[in-house]
Amino acid sequence: MNRAKLVGLLLIGGSLAPAQVSFDRILNAAKEPQNWLTYSGDLSGHRFSTLDQINTGNVKSLAAKWVYQTGATGKFETTPLVVDGILYGTAPDDRAFALDARTGRPIWLYQRQLPGDIRPCCGRVNRGLAILGDKVFMGTLDAHMMALDAKTGNVVWDVPAVDYTQGYSFTPAPLAVKNEVVMGVAGGEYGIRGFIDAYDAETGKRNWRFYTVPAKGEPGSETWEGESNKTGGAAAWITGVYDPATNLIFWPTGNPSPSNRGAGRAGDNLYSNTLLALDADTGKLKWHFQFTKHDEHDWDSTEVPVMLDLNGKHLIVQANRNGYFYVVDRTNGKLLSATPYGKVTWSDHKDAEGRPAPSKESSPTLEGRYVCPGASGVTNWMSPTFNPATGLFYVNIREQCDVFSTAPQPYEAGHAFYGSAYIPAPQGEPYSGALEAIDPMTGEIKWSFKHPSPTWSGVLSTAGGLVFSADAEGNFIAFDARSGKPLWHFQTGSGAIAAPMSYAVDGKQYIAIATGSSLYTFALP
Amino acid sequence: MPSKVAGFLLLCAAGLAQEHNPLANDPNAAKAGEFQFRINCSFCHGLGARGGGRGPDLTLARKRHGTTDSEMFHNIKDGIAGTAMPAAIGSIGVGMTDEEIWQVLTYLRSVQVKTPAQPPGNAANGKDAFFGSARCFQCHMVQGKGGRLGPDLTGTGSSRSMESIVESIREPNKRLAAGLTEATKSFPQEYETATVVTAEGKTITGVTLNEDSFTVQIMDPAERIYLLEKDTLRSFKKTRASLMPAYDKSQLSDKELGDIVAYLMSVEAK
Repeated sequence: MNRAKLVGLLLIGGSLAPAQVSFDRILNAAKEPQNWLTYSGDLSGHRFSTLDQINTGNVKSLAAKWVYQTGATGKFETTPLVVDGILYGTAPDDRAFALDARTGRPIWLYQRQLPGDIRPCCGRVNRGLAILGDKVFMGTLDAHMMALDAKTGNVVWDVPAVDYTQGYSFTPAPLAVKNEVVMGVAGGEYGIRGFIDAYDAETGKRNWRFYTVPAKGEPGSETWEGESNKTGGAAAWITGVYDPATNLIFWPTGNPSPSNRGAGRAGDNLYSNTLLALDADTGKLKWHFQFTKHDEHDWDSTEVPVMLDLNGKHLIVQANRNGYFYVVDRTNGKLLSATPYGKVTWSDHKDAEGRPAPSKESSPTLEGRYVCPGASGVTNWMSPTFNPATGLFYVNIREQCDVFSTAPQPYEAGHAFYGSAYIPAPQGEPYSGALEAIDPMTGEIKWSFKHPSPTWSGVLSTAGGLVFSADAEGNFIAFDARSGKPLWHFQTGSGAIAAPMSYAVDGKQYIAIATGSSLYTFALP
Repeated sequence: MPSKVAGFLLLCAAGLAQEHNPLANDPNAAKAGEFQFRINCSFCHGLGARGGGRGPDLTLARKRHGTTDSEMFHNIKDGIAGTAMPAAIGSIGVGMTDEEIWQVLTYLRSVQVKTPAQPPGNAANGKDAFFGSARCFQCHMVQGKGGRLGPDLTGTGSSRSMESIVESIREPNKRLAAGLTEATKSFPQEYETATVVTAEGKTITGVTLNEDSFTVQIMDPAERIYLLEKDTLRSFKKTRASLMPAYDKSQLSDKELGDIVAYLMSVEAK
């Protein structure tokens, strides 16, 4: 009896019931590289796989293994999880699925019945699940948190977090920490009051909530003019990271509302566009670092922060949408460096702490003002990766500027609250995209591979010396992590709006990415 | 009385799908509509509805897909099949309720030029020039006649402002025309000029039909299509200089230009 048959028998025999992913396993994810136990692969945000079966020497033979079609239209943004041969993912309209990770055949499927009046700003998207114990966890577009039985997809608990008709929704993958599930809310386009929640994984009871906009009288409320804090936004729509050494959750936040109009909300607008360090047990704020004060360009800081331990320093770094690569001391939130990694025109000086500060000419006007980067940023929520072998940080960038316009807009609950808009630069400027390899210690760009247009793909790096990414035209690509040379590509038929991941079953390494409405996996023949 | 309540609600719903804009000429609705327009529509149609890189000028009285209140309401709410115009569900912008769509319509009516801008030229003369002395037809098609190297201009007159058509003829490099649009790309392919040298040493210059990180599709002036893999080429260069010649006044007088614009504006898309 060969090994594949043995595993097949074990699956039938019920060995996956229940999955039983203890938090200890997630903490030590590096010890089981065949699994992908959390959104970024590990709790530090590296999106790095220590699997090296697929490597620079053989990647040219990589071939499609199976494709799972969700049947859903809309942006397919999931990063799947894999536990012991079972792959768990989500798809648009709050679908969830469990597949045989070797064949792509479904074990269970779940689709939420969503009300007709949900208010997702930017598509009916979901970026993935968290797993803990015998359950998987999903946030929904009608702002519920749910636990599903990992074995059956049956709903175990379903808890409304907030009134979705006010513009709230959940789109990111939750983060499992200890015995709880942490989640950030979306809705920065609707003048919501952002928050980050932690739910008891067993019962769904909310353990704590951190409001990303302080109420009047609370610390930070002095950074909001008048009552503008009531509609201040600062959503938290990307998955954060966790540092077991300090028991801190690091979670970034998005734009202040209204996104394109600073008039009426004078001040720094804490804690918008901020990296928050929260105590995992209580949700109490330990420190904060604000990337963009008083943002008027919709430059959410909702990019995955990445924890690095380099040269004896405990760092957290972020390639921010505003075009700067920030290095922060994660023990105290002090800024160490901020270096541009794309085209930036909005800042002409740094403040006393070394933070890039806006020029007078960057503020949007009624007629519109040309500013780089555009509203989509030098990068956006697409995941970066850090490869400890090369010491490099890889991120997809956009070269595109916009004209930012502003106009007064009254707040109306549940309605879009932009304070105007941005449009592509009327000069008919070229735009492009590139995958960059950045030395996080110096900010130096070590290599760059240019694409014809900007991509929304995230990036994975592996111990095989490879970086996986996709272009906007549908190619899924393997690069040499050291040189940036493309070694292999496959045309999937649609640009990716998701990040790749890697896993192994029966000793075979797979690379997976969602594009179009399909989940693709690749392996060596 | 649940059935009566339901009947009343149905009447209300039917009322919104009515023939005429219930908010017509309401200045407050026009203001609200301007905000909605900026959020939901300006990305393609420009901040003042004067047309953007890919959406038509909506201040023109004539609109290709219908000018009545009910037609425009339907076009905004449901999108226009076969075009880049999406339904108002938030794929671009944030989506709009029926009331907000009527507000946008009130705004558009408030900025609509009162009488259709009559191009000063002579359309019949313009047609002669298009298919004759100005040689536009060599690269451009109108109503099925003409070349394929440049964009088909059948719908141009009904979707773009006179000023932007004039700009495209006098200064074609200023804003390249948009070509193929793919669902997951942020921008459409533009009419860039590519010059490649093949492995055999053959030089090809043409319009870029489509490009990804590894392949490029080019049409040369003889309308031959080349499907190329970049790593097989000796060289590959792209410029944002259009293959279209810039027609200055020595090549095309203001009068001839006006005639051609008048012709394009007179063409009815089928």
